[in-house]
Parts: sequence; C-alpha cells; structure tokens
Amino acid sequence: MNVAPLVALVGNPNAGKSALFNALTGARQKVGNYPGVTVERHSGRLALADGRPVELVDLPGAYSLDPSSPDERVTRDVVTGTQAGERLPDALVVVVDAANLDNHLRFTLQLIALGLPIVVALNMFDLAERDGLVLDPARLSAELGVPVIPTVAVRRRGLEELKAALAGLIGSGAIRVRPSEGHIGEDIVTLQRRARAIALAATVSETPVRRWSHAIDSIALHPVWGLVLLFTILFVMFQAVFSWATVPQDEITTGFAALQELVKAAMPAGVLRSLITDGIIAGVGAVITFLPQILILFFFILLLEASGYMVRAAFLMDRMMATVGLSGRAFIPLLSSFACAVPGIMSTRTIEDEKDRLTTILIAPLMTCSARWPVYTLVIGAFIPDTKVLPFVGLQGLVMFALLLIGIAGAYGVALVLRKTVTKGASSGFMMEMPKYQWPRMGDVLLGLWGRAMIFLKRAGTIIATTTVILWVLLSFPQVPEGSKTSQVDYSIAGRIANGVAVVVKPIGFNRDIALALIPAMAAREVAVAAIGTVYAIDNPESDAGGKAMASNLRKQWSLPTALAFLMWFVFAPQCISTIAVTRRETNGWKWPAFMVGYLFALAYIAAGATYWAAVALGL
Amino acid sequence: MSSPVKMLPSLESLPQRQRATVAAVDWAALSVPEARRLRELGFDEGVGVEVLHRAALGKGPIACRIGRMTVALRRAVAGAIHVSPLAG
Repeated sequence: MNVAPLVALVGNPNAGKSALFNALTGARQKVGNYPGVTVERHSGRLALADGRPVELVDLPGAYSLDPSSPDERVTRDVVTGTQAGERLPDALVVVVDAANLDNHLRFTLQLIALGLPIVVALNMFDLAERDGLVLDPARLSAELGVPVIPTVAVRRRGLEELKAALAGLIGSGAIRVRPSEGHIGEDIVTLQRRARAIALAATVSETPVRRWSHAIDSIALHPVWGLVLLFTILFVMFQAVFSWATVPQDEITTGFAALQELVKAAMPAGVLRSLITDGIIAGVGAVITFLPQILILFFFILLLEASGYMVRAAFLMDRMMATVGLSGRAFIPLLSSFACAVPGIMSTRTIEDEKDRLTTILIAPLMTCSARWPVYTLVIGAFIPDTKVLPFVGLQGLVMFALLLIGIAGAYGVALVLRKTVTKGASSGFMMEMPKYQWPRMGDVLLGLWGRAMIFLKRAGTIIATTTVILWVLLSFPQVPEGSKTSQVDYSIAGRIANGVAVVVKPIGFNRDIALALIPAMAAREVAVAAIGTVYAIDNPESDAGGKAMASNLRKQWSLPTALAFLMWFVFAPQCISTIAVTRRETNGWKWPAFMVGYLFALAYIAAGATYWAAVALGL
Repeated sequence: MSSPVKMLPSLESLPQRQRATVAAVDWAALSVPEARRLRELGFDEGVGVEVLHRAALGKGPIACRIGRMTVALRRAVAGAIHVSPLAG
C-alpha cells in the first residue's frame, strides 16, 4: 500500500501555525495522542496542486530544538525522525511570523540545518505590513536557501502557492538525509545573531509604529483597570456557564430518561435490561450532562486563547499564584474548576511546565464545582436556619460561602505542601511571549471545540462508562429474593461494602445510611442527593423523596454535627469518577489519580472528623 | 567585565517607556531553564528593550518589548538583565 507523504508544520508559538493548519486541512482533521506522552497529535489530509494526497501534521510550537517541555520534545523528535509512532516527515513547512523574523528565523535556521526539504511560510504578512514593516520574500529565500511563501492563514492567502511549493519538494527525487543530532548543537546565540542579520537583510524598511496591541495592553495590563476587565470577563463567563447550560442539560437528562423508558418498554424485565437502562444509559447520560458546561467553558477559553488575552490574564494573576509556587498560567484552569474540574483539568494543557501542571491538576478538585451545589443546598437547607446575620446576608448563604473558601484554602495549603514534596523542583517561573491581539476566527474556535468534545466523549467517556457499569454491578448483585423486606441497595455487594465503610466512617460521625449513599456518589457528587433519597425512601417508597420531605427526614436521622461533618466531607472527598478518569488521561497513568484520590480522601476524613468532634464538643 | 556592567541599571529598575539596549545578562543568577528560555526569546547584548507595563499586586511580573516582541518576565529575571538606557 502506498502511504501518503508526511509533511510537518513546525514553528514558534504564536506564528499562526494552527490557523495555517486549519486553513490547509479544513475540517478533515484527526486529533490523536503521541504514545506515552500527553501531547496531542493533530493531523489532516491535504491535496497538492497536482492532486497527490499528503498527510499534514501540526507539531507543537517550539522555540528551538532544545526542548523545555514534553510538547517541544515531540517536535524535536518528529523532525529528527526519533519520535515513536511517527515517520520522519518528507518535508517541513516552517511557519514564521513575518513581524517577528528576528526571533522566528533562529528556529528556522536550526530546522534547515537538519537537511529535510523545507518551505518557509512567511505568515501574517498583512499584519507585518500594517505594522509598517516592508519585507522582501525573494531576498529572504536567497538568504535562507529555501523557498519562502508569504501567507495570511486567516484570510486563506498564499495557500495555493504553498501547496505548489510543496509539490515541488515532495517526490522530486531529492534524497532525504536522516538528520543527525550533531546539527542541533549549534550555539543558540550564534544562530540568533545570524537570524538577526538575515532578518535585517530581508527588511526593506521598518517604521517603529506604536502597535495597537500596546494600546490595548495599557488598559488590559493596567494595575486597576486590568483587574476590573479580567473580573468582568470572568463574571460573564461564569454567568454563561451556569445559565446557558441549564436548558441543554435538562434536555439531555430528559432525553436519556426517555431513552430509558423506551428500552424498558421494548425489553423484557431482567438483568440485561437493568444493565442497559440503569447501568449504561444512566451512566453515559450522567457524563453527557457535563458536556454543555464543558463546551461553553471551552468556547470562552478558546476565544480568550485565540484573541491573545489569556496570556494577559496569566500576567495579572502571576503574583498571586507565585505565592504557592505556581505560575499565572494555573489561574484559568483552577477558575474553570469552579464550574467543573473536568474541563479545568483538561485546560491545564496550556501550562508548559510539567510540575506546575501536575500540581494544578492535583488541586483542581478542591474548587467548589457545580456538582457540589445540590448536596450543599440539601444539607444546608435542612440543618442551617434561614436567619439573617446582617441585612442581605443570610446564614445559609454564609455557610455556603464558607465551604467555598475552605476549598480554596485547602487548595492553597495542598499546593504549598506538594510544591515542597511530591512536585518539588525549581519553578520554571513565568516567562512568556505576549502575542499580538487578534480577532479570533470563529471557524478555528469551533474546530477546537469539536476536538475537545471528542476527546472528552471518547476517552473520558469510555472510562466513565466502564466504571459506572462496575458500580451498577455492585449495586445490583446479588439480587434481593422475592418478597424480602430489605432493599436492593442494602442487599447488594455495595450494601455489604457499606457495612465495612460504616465501621471506618463511624468515628467521623457518619451512620451506615451515609456510608451507603457515599458508594453510588462515587459516580458524581450530586448522586449523593438521589442516593440519600433512595436510602430514606425505603420504608415508604411512595413518599416524595425530594424537597421538604427529605429535609425533615434528614433532620430526624442526622445530628447537626453529622450534617456539618458531611458537608466538610464533600469539600474534600474525590467523589467524582469523571475527574479521576480525566486525571488518568491527562497524566497518562494511574499513579497520579491514585495519589489524588488518596490524599483527598485522607483530607476529607480528617476534616470531617475534626468538624464532627469540634461540633460535639461545642454541644451543637 | 562584571564591575562596570553591575553599575548599569537592570531592566527591573528601568523606568517605563525608557528605551535601552541589553548591555549584559547575568546568566549565573538564572536557573538553567530560565537562561535558556531567555536566550530563546532573543535576549542578547545589543538588542533594544523597553519596559511597557508592570503588573499590579506588589511585585508582579513586568511586560517588556524585546526586538518586535512583547515578553512577560518575573522581576527576579528582569533584575538579571543589565541595560544601557538610550538618550531621549
């Protein structure tokens, strides 16, 4: 079989590489993973001018062949033909920002030294011109010794010329030299000076224009207005995540419920039907209800990334994050985790430093996600009197707020400890290029969104579906004999496990009912509400398990110290399979999710226990 | 070379919008990854620099122009970059 030639897109970050990739491949893209690392492999198909198909792969942005992150390592390994799971490319398209030749040509020189056929895409040519920069592509081509094509990826300009140049490079009979590591070692400062000399030669004229990016920055990075702007944007973002997601979430829930009914009507009652409806459909449905929030959140994140604002937000928050040994980059993922830790953890990919990223992933579940609200609301509603502490400040709201703050304080403390122990090491600090502001292209944002949705559904989805099925097995077997008074949950393996759990959680004030509810709540925290409902509705299945009935039921069964301990438990406990699954995916193994689950359960146990005994001691 | 260079102001202390060129970088004061990243961002003797913005919240990072790029740096790193201010 004839394999299509492989062409790799390489370039500095912010050279407009992804926009060029999208422009060249359109929607014909595949997102995969390089084996053994959490680096995404974006590839797509492209037809050359003469109709020959080519596989185009978009390599992670890099500053040089001396990698400082796993992403950059993949880039180096692919262009040197040493990356597992990738062939040596037949040609490279080196993408450079026309307005930043000084810097981008250095990497280009390193790549040219490798000996692969190369064409340079002189990208964002229009922005450079608007910036008062007149360049001579022919001169640049002569200096570099490779073809140079001016392109404007976002306006689809120069693409045909680029494809024609590629057609000339591929299969031209030129023998590919397998690049040797020896070429890479050239001193970066020498290369930089040569790059500057070439950039100077290719520049016809240059007027130092005060760029409008700087004008925007004087507000966006302003000590006061910058923060006002940042918090306004975040406010709008969170409003959107919570309000826009409600309708599609309700519809998904209704849809899956309808599907359950449909299957129930079509199949005879039995274990198989129960597996499909209560196991698979309910489990997958529970996961998919997260999707609207994830998509809305990522829509905003991609928009902020594409416009260039994200780095500014990191700049503003860097000082605060530095106090716990993190960088400004960790701010947005942590903030996203207030909606849901799953997209929050997924968005840590923007953090270059591995240890920063790992620390951020490990503390993300401490942010009060939306799944905790139903649990908090139920328990607070039942146990905390609805009195006003101050005008407009209710005691219930205050307790809710306190729980949120405890989560943040916990994350703060954990980050401090982790940074000194498990994720010890010099912080890579905060040193980043601030890209020009750009109007984001909706097509690129939507493509990115599509990719995120697919990753979530495919990868996290399979793990979540498997674990929900396991949970279903635990809750459904062995089956209650006909006519027995015990409930299925009580009789099941889970019920028996609960007997064991009950012994463990007794010292922190939890009764067996709570122990039983905690098991299905492993799927997702809000399931605890339904589970408690099930447990207390047993004697009278016809009673309304929701609302006031449940609250009064709770008050009868639990003491106040138990309720407070229960709340505290949910601040810390990693009761969310989706989070664990996504952590496994993002850290490429079970080691870190296991660590995360372990430390969070330990904290939950200690915090809940301390709360319980303090409350008892205070006579509450 | 250390003593005359050390007399020069650092990028950290350079007034906002004051144009300057990089005189020397105290590589020894930086960690290996920091030094590498700084070189990759184009910090080298003779290159034009200028402080554009300083972040709020006390000792936050600074944003500076280097060549035609804008780069964010923490103050400790900026303190290792010695500059010669340009007249005017």
